[in-house]
Amino acid sequence: MIVTRSLTKQYGAVLAVDSVDLDVRPGDRYGLLGPNGSGKTTLVRMLLGLVYATKGEIEVLGKPVPRRVSEILPEVGALVEEPAAYPHLSGRANLRLFDAAGPGGRRRDRRKRVDDALEQVGLGGIDRRPVRAYSLGMRQRLGLAAALVRRPRLLVLDEPGNGLDPRGIKDFRQLLIDLNAVGTTVFLSSHLLGEVELLCTRVGVLDRGRLVLQQDLAELQAPTGRVIVESPDVSRAVALLDGRVEARTEATMVVRHDDPAALNARLVGAGIRVTAMTAHHLSLEEIVLGLTGAGSDQVSGNHRPAAGPGGSEAVQ
Amino acid sequence: MIAVELFKLVRRPRTWISILLLCALPVAVAIFIAVTHLAPPPGQGGAFLSAVVQDGSLFPAAALALVLPVFLPVAVALVAGDSIAGEAAVGTLRYLLIRPVGRTRLLAAKLVTVIVYVLLAVVSVTLTSYITGVALFGSAPPEAVGRPGSLQAGIPTGGVQAGGSATSLSGARLTIMQLIERIGGAVALITVSMLGVAAIALFLSTLTDSVLGAAFGALAALVGSEVLVTLNAAAAIQPYLPTRYWLAWIDFFRQPVFWRDIQRGFGIQAVYVAVFLAAAWANFSTKDVTA
Repeated sequence: MIVTRSLTKQYGAVLAVDSVDLDVRPGDRYGLLGPNGSGKTTLVRMLLGLVYATKGEIEVLGKPVPRRVSEILPEVGALVEEPAAYPHLSGRANLRLFDAAGPGGRRRDRRKRVDDALEQVGLGGIDRRPVRAYSLGMRQRLGLAAALVRRPRLLVLDEPGNGLDPRGIKDFRQLLIDLNAVGTTVFLSSHLLGEVELLCTRVGVLDRGRLVLQQDLAELQAPTGRVIVESPDVSRAVALLDGRVEARTEATMVVRHDDPAALNARLVGAGIRVTAMTAHHLSLEEIVLGLTGAGSDQVSGNHRPAAGPGGSEAVQ
Repeated sequence: MIAVELFKLVRRPRTWISILLLCALPVAVAIFIAVTHLAPPPGQGGAFLSAVVQDGSLFPAAALALVLPVFLPVAVALVAGDSIAGEAAVGTLRYLLIRPVGRTRLLAAKLVTVIVYVLLAVVSVTLTSYITGVALFGSAPPEAVGRPGSLQAGIPTGGVQAGGSATSLSGARLTIMQLIERIGGAVALITVSMLGVAAIALFLSTLTDSVLGAAFGALAALVGSEVLVTLNAAAAIQPYLPTRYWLAWIDFFRQPVFWRDIQRGFGIQAVYVAVFLAAAWANFSTKDVTA
């Protein structure tokens, strides 16, 4: 769906994107993560032919960018940074205007496609008010509707959750999952790790222009071989498990053990009360913060280490 | 895409407000003159103004002379300067390009829109001022009062006719058909002159995301040109300045038509339009759209 080979973009002395080999497969829900200023937006703009690469190749839907964008983009729906619309026209008029502006949007069913897209994003009952009067969330929904009007095979969404409230975000996540189920590949960039964790099947992590990780989320979040146990009898359990306990507090402990069921049987067999027990998975936050440095919007006085959790407050 | 751009042009309140204001200025001038009968004496004031009191059908020429120096270029520079920079400023440029609208195509559609706007503005001014002129001053006073204009000063006077003919600046009579042809010729030259302005503004519009920057940049070029046109020391470059032949359309009202400056006017504007459109295309089709 999207393949890049040593894709590089240099703005003057700044290396915005540095030898990125992206691989988004058909059917993926791909989340591109990274701190502010790590090159996500530049990468997205290059995929869409807005910004020209300094080096490297891009293939979207099997065709080279930017040479054949005119064939590729009619099948792509995209949101690039904030949504934009002509403020003196209504949302509906805006969608029709954009649909009429380019190829791949037949006039015959335009009205219906526009209405369907507005319905999908929860703006089905929108009136004739100009976009100028829309709230931030409504504008975001309109931008998403614009991306959906031609029922694209590939969705490229840059920070799609901006401006949406929690319910809006949840509805939108469900919409993307539903679209993906009927064959739409979803590529989104975000710094909302929790959102990506709930939505995506595959993640890529950018840090200062470099792709430092690209993997299926299920593999990344495989059990770590540790079990978190809550129990009022931690002291007795520590004695029983003999060196397998890696950390403990008053009522919880982290035990190195591959099989939570066997561990449970052993504890209960010894008369130790267990109130809760979970196999430990790395959260996406732990994974990403471990890989990336501070975002470009953080300007600290003392020089921080190149990478590591200490320098990662900018990532939310 | 052209249809979409034209739709945006006509749906935009600014288009109609600016044209209304352009038409309102000559109407206001006509009303003042009609009420006070204080037309500037021949050889002073706006071109043709002294003549319109005798013949309202010459008022379109006077109206064009009123709006040409400032108002028309300002309006055209704003519309052309807005074309790419305005889309970039509200963010719609990137959504048009990923729709996808080819960059060359978008530029062409913008150019057509600007041409339509210029024609709309010039023709509106011509028509409203003709109606105003005829309504306030009548179109055919009985006796001819025209006389040869003071051409050396560059400020012509006009004259009149009897029985459906206007008098040219040179004193000879023009039939109504000739008058229409010559007003048409003047409209054509003024339109082409404005396209020169538009091409400069369009080019600047591809350089910046600021509408005002592009519009004022084009106006600055015009003001600079106006200054040099009046400067004897700059005589060497004067034939190549964009505003040098702006007033050549007045020569359409001479008998016979004085073609030399008119031809040069068309020629120089064609060069400006070609050069700046080529520059606009070269810049826009290769630039990174980060707005």
